[in-house]
Amino acid sequence: MPYIPHDAEETAAMLSALGLGDLEELFSEIPAELQASTLDLPTGLNEAQLRRQWEASARQQPDLLCFAGGGAYAHHIPAIVWEIAARGEFYSAYTPYQAEASQGTLQLLYEFQSFLTRLTAMEVSNASLYDGASSLVEACLMALRLRPGTSEILVSEGLWPHWQKVLTSLLSLQGITLRMLPLDPETGYTRLPSGDFSAAAALIIPQVNRYGLLEDVDQQSRWAEAQGLLQIAVVQPLALTLLRPPGEWGNGGVDIAIGEGQALGVPLSAGGPYLGFLTTRKTHIRQLPGRLVAKTVDSQGQTAYCLTLQAREQHIRRATATSNICTNQGLLVTAACIYMAVLGAKGLREAAARSHQRAVALRRRIQELPGVRVPFAGAIFQEFRVELPVSAVAFRDYALGRGILAGIPEQELDPNADPRSLLVACTELLEETDLAQYLQTLREFLQES
Amino acid sequence: MESIFDCHHQRPEELGALEIPGNLLRRELPLPNPSELEVLRHYTRLSQRNFSIDTHFYPLGSCTMKYNPRIAHQLATLPGFARIHPACPAAAQQGLLHILAELQEDLAELTGMTGVSLSPAAGAQGELAGVAMIRAYHRQRGETQRQRILIPQAAHGTNPASARMAGFVVTELPNGPDGDLDLDALDRALGNDVAGIMLTNPSTLGVFERQIQEIARRVHESGALLYYDGANLNAILGRVKPGLMGFDVMHLNLHKTLATPHGGGGPGAGAVAVGPSLLPFLPVPRVIHDGQQYRWETHRDRPHSIGSLSAYGGNIGVLLRAHVYLRRLGAEGLRQVSAYAALNANYLMAGLQAQGYRVAFPQRRASHEFIVSVADLQQAKGVRALDIAKRLLDFGIHAPTIYFPQLIPECLLIEPTESESKATLDRFLTVMAQLRREALEDPEILRSAPHNLPVGRVDETLAARRLQVAQ
Repeated sequence: MPYIPHDAEETAAMLSALGLGDLEELFSEIPAELQASTLDLPTGLNEAQLRRQWEASARQQPDLLCFAGGGAYAHHIPAIVWEIAARGEFYSAYTPYQAEASQGTLQLLYEFQSFLTRLTAMEVSNASLYDGASSLVEACLMALRLRPGTSEILVSEGLWPHWQKVLTSLLSLQGITLRMLPLDPETGYTRLPSGDFSAAAALIIPQVNRYGLLEDVDQQSRWAEAQGLLQIAVVQPLALTLLRPPGEWGNGGVDIAIGEGQALGVPLSAGGPYLGFLTTRKTHIRQLPGRLVAKTVDSQGQTAYCLTLQAREQHIRRATATSNICTNQGLLVTAACIYMAVLGAKGLREAAARSHQRAVALRRRIQELPGVRVPFAGAIFQEFRVELPVSAVAFRDYALGRGILAGIPEQELDPNADPRSLLVACTELLEETDLAQYLQTLREFLQES
Repeated sequence: MESIFDCHHQRPEELGALEIPGNLLRRELPLPNPSELEVLRHYTRLSQRNFSIDTHFYPLGSCTMKYNPRIAHQLATLPGFARIHPACPAAAQQGLLHILAELQEDLAELTGMTGVSLSPAAGAQGELAGVAMIRAYHRQRGETQRQRILIPQAAHGTNPASARMAGFVVTELPNGPDGDLDLDALDRALGNDVAGIMLTNPSTLGVFERQIQEIARRVHESGALLYYDGANLNAILGRVKPGLMGFDVMHLNLHKTLATPHGGGGPGAGAVAVGPSLLPFLPVPRVIHDGQQYRWETHRDRPHSIGSLSAYGGNIGVLLRAHVYLRRLGAEGLRQVSAYAALNANYLMAGLQAQGYRVAFPQRRASHEFIVSVADLQQAKGVRALDIAKRLLDFGIHAPTIYFPQLIPECLLIEPTESESKATLDRFLTVMAQLRREALEDPEILRSAPHNLPVGRVDETLAARRLQVAQ
């Protein structure tokens, strides 16, 4: 049998040591009627057969020029990233509970935490959560714990619609209300309302917003502070290599900054696995969800690393833990850490700048096409919104036939969105000829429709 | 080892023009610029300071550290899968969606359930989805007073934490002296305020809950539902279906049972499976076939769904690896997994008993794991489970899980998995015999272990006091 080493002689010797006649006797305590069911699954295949089948399935996905974003971006991943991340010593290790046998993973997590605190200018980062959206859920729960007696979170409509759905699913279970702050239909920026916000724990400030726009985050941060609210920043790590970090927003920085780390060396892989991160102030550290690594010493006084503040976690605190989360995204953190290291400050900033410049150039040239509108004129990072004269889905499907994934029809993220609205993203992978091909395809589509 | 932040070379940037307002630009980015070879060496050397399944026996109870086949990694990361953007239309990902639809069906068959959603990102998120479905079920029936979830004291810590995150109050139930649930305590706890019970079977005590059918009958009679924590599914894989035991909803830990990598702590995948009563509430999106093609389902297809748990469809890369494993083994291979997982566990348990170690339930058959308590060594010589764990590392053996379940004092939870050979198990027994001798004759060698690792015993108290968590 695959992956089971025992031969008949060894099996017999072990059974005999137990005084058993056959393997079935190992299950004698289980009521016979529970064991009677059949298992209607195919017979096993060998590696060669599997490879043949799976390579055929993989070929069914066309290789597309990717102009889609929405929180997941097609950036270049240097070869070294997964060469190291897939090493068995990282790939097949478990959570580093036994510190002495896990110094590699522990130091790497510590370095990841250090990369993230430097990127965000925050004091503490955990060792990752499932993804950006679940990090935001955890950030909201953390804010509610820091503000006992509150039950509301203020959310800018500028947050990704698909993240809003996750917040709704998971926060409604605990009776938490999301109060939405609408966007200005002219500018696409968050409108700051007046009113009574005493029931709210925090304001969520997305930078970049759902239309790719860069908002005046200092103003939002100061507004939240004036209302006595905690501030939760939703940031994109690559954008942060160019943008003022959330630890410096407003008067003294935000309380919690979270984000999706996929852009840092993680394959798109149809939506996961990705990694979320959560950073905060040191004063909030005991409310932090997820794993945390600290630097310490061993019995000889040498530098060593270990998990710390485990009393926050479910395996100790059970029902009163800060979260039910029991894993981090270790393998993806490994990739993200190596990615940040190998690009370095220079490479990260250049990848961000190229992505930004491609998007700016494409937006400018799209705007010149007849019938196409770019509704918001504000500064962007790498993504923008276009209004086509016809359905965005029709163009997306047309472009697919030309080998282009032209963007995300906004209605696919938000059923209430304008059906003509398309979200378009660029990365440093796109060359000038790719932009030209995009524009040519759009031009032909507009002529034909 | 030195840090990556010590490798820095000055390199001028070539940024070009940025159309970003000056007040939004950052002044400095305090990150290093190492060379590619420096990065390669640094992280390769770090990797060599780890224990892993690929390098060491790893009998970590409740974690199912079996071999992670490399073919699964290679096929799951084929460019045709790795490059798919999550917003890619269904027409351009039919190969992938077909595989995921097959996985949904295979898991339903494996668990004896009706419907499967693959989207939970890990076991704990699967639990949360499961109890959220239980909540939605009672609400739809107007039974909003059912606000309590029953959980045995020995359960994984995630169970009560997940129940609380779904808005429930938790009542813990005791286990009897033979490891089975105390049925009288169950009867006293059941009532019209109870929404459900969360059970692991075999339990975390390493024994099969023999009264499961009776428990299911009593719980259902009271109007509550049964949740199955799939953490221990490896013990009964391909033999006993949770659906037939009477469970209404469960999650699977694909990173345990179906051999996807633990990756230093993740990613997991915690698919949920339900019986007919909870089908309308499954988290979206699932993969469905609409008569013409496979596609992701939306909330419109499943209006009573508890909603979405992540931005997209879940940890697809992990799901692909799990499916490769399932299809490599096939029906007969899966049955052999549980047979050899149980054989290895019982063989080790008998071997350790013969050396004088005390096991928690000597009168019972071990499942795929079992508990040893060294409370006797602690009393006699001051040697704790922690010391045994650290000393094992000196012999190139990863420590078992320690101090879980919390109700057995000074315990080690040992799970060898089916991947390990008799020779590996025999060596473990030899080492454990030596440790017992050391505990009785020279306990200091255990209390100061490990001695042969890159670092000695790590000062966790100092770590928590200093809280140096970034550099």
